[in-house]
Amino acid sequence: MFGLSNPQRFMAFTGPLTPVLWGLAAVLLSVGAWLSFTVPADYQQGDTVRIMFVHVPAATLGLGAYAALGVSSFFALVFRHALADAAARAAALPGAAFTALALFTGSLWGQPMWGTWWVWDARLTSVLVLFLFYLGYMALRASIDDEQKAGRAAAVLGLVGLINLPIVKFSVDWWNTLHQPASFLNPGSSGLDPVYLPPFLTMLAAYGVLFLALWLTAIRTEIRRRRVMTLRARLAQEA
Amino acid sequence: MSRRDVDQEPRPPGLRGATRVLLERELDLAWGGGGGPLLACGFFACLTAILPLAAGGDPRTLGPVAGGVAWLALALASLLSLERLFERDMEDGALDLLALGHLALEQVVLIKALAQWIAVGLPLALTAPVAALALGLPASLTPLVALTALIGSAGFAFTGALGAALALGAKRGGLLIAVVVLPLFIPPVVFGAGALERAGSGQPVGPALALLCAYVLFAAIVAPFAGAAAVRSAQG
Repeated sequence: MFGLSNPQRFMAFTGPLTPVLWGLAAVLLSVGAWLSFTVPADYQQGDTVRIMFVHVPAATLGLGAYAALGVSSFFALVFRHALADAAARAAALPGAAFTALALFTGSLWGQPMWGTWWVWDARLTSVLVLFLFYLGYMALRASIDDEQKAGRAAAVLGLVGLINLPIVKFSVDWWNTLHQPASFLNPGSSGLDPVYLPPFLTMLAAYGVLFLALWLTAIRTEIRRRRVMTLRARLAQEA
Repeated sequence: MSRRDVDQEPRPPGLRGATRVLLERELDLAWGGGGGPLLACGFFACLTAILPLAAGGDPRTLGPVAGGVAWLALALASLLSLERLFERDMEDGALDLLALGHLALEQVVLIKALAQWIAVGLPLALTAPVAALALGLPASLTPLVALTALIGSAGFAFTGALGAALALGAKRGGLLIAVVVLPLFIPPVVFGAGALERAGSGQPVGPALALLCAYVLFAAIVAPFAGAAAVRSAQG
């Protein structure tokens, strides 16, 4: 990875890689969608079990994107690396989008399952707090005018957020033991029927590749944007 | 002036002296002008009064949420005075002097957070039992409310100082600090209000208090370092 920390080499390496990733994501999504629709319906949940193939990978990627954001923030802060800063910034919006998708599809799943659009159990509350972490990060970055300062402050917040996320998850789990919801509100807690593994794993892989494609494209765009800004500044100076 | 007076320069204040001077300055600024600690208590009282107006004064409705609402009011009241914690000093250049001065920037952040706790957190911790009683919490729980509020407000002060440092130089400071800091306030609120719930249902509160103290200690260590990094980046 350190070989790629040179922006030139990064651009050269990801140039041919990114279209491949997009293509692979499209293929995996199509296969996953076909598998999701053709797998037999669950005897308990009926057809609504198919929402799981959209919902669970979204939540997983939302969390994975935050890990990517945190690690990039660490490198940006400690090594003062502009590429790491770009990577952290680029991971925020896709991650927030995946988390929002997880919340939304979870809500759609909850209505037929539990008869309510939202319930305050540990998992939903944790994902909601993760979404709030993303919002705070993006708000902080957007609110500071100077890009360098915004990047550094956001890197600190990203790192602090990464460390705090397990603590918040732990506290929400602990809180949930206090306020036990009714037992029928436990979604998918029983073992998964192995017939659902192929579509689930395919969709999980599809989301992962999709996030990689989105992330790399966003980093490349960010690098280009900074180059444009530098060129503009140079032009203004020479004028 | 004789030569002897000029030669005898005043000794530098030393670490303890510098700490005390900064702490006194912060407390003066926080308490000076307009009732001192009573302002935070007044805000807390207003919040406590608004809840029954919003949700109905039925004790059966208010009683179960009394402890939780007291904690929510504590978090919000701690939040409100954060915006000016660093902003004021950055505006008039005092922050630059502090950064160059005798104390390390980490120590400055630590002392500012401590001053925030003493100036705002302690009065709120004393008001919280009264508010909880007014909302219908059983009187036997009031010592526990005071204790958890005392510890929890320290956690809010440290995490809040970190948020204030991060939002330095940003537009829309107040709301931004809230959005950044409120997710980080979740663990102390959960543990503190949870301790009250457990006590209410007769279970031991030891674990909850221990978790609350653990969070406060963690925040006390992370906030000075992260806050100092944020202040340095904001100064450019």
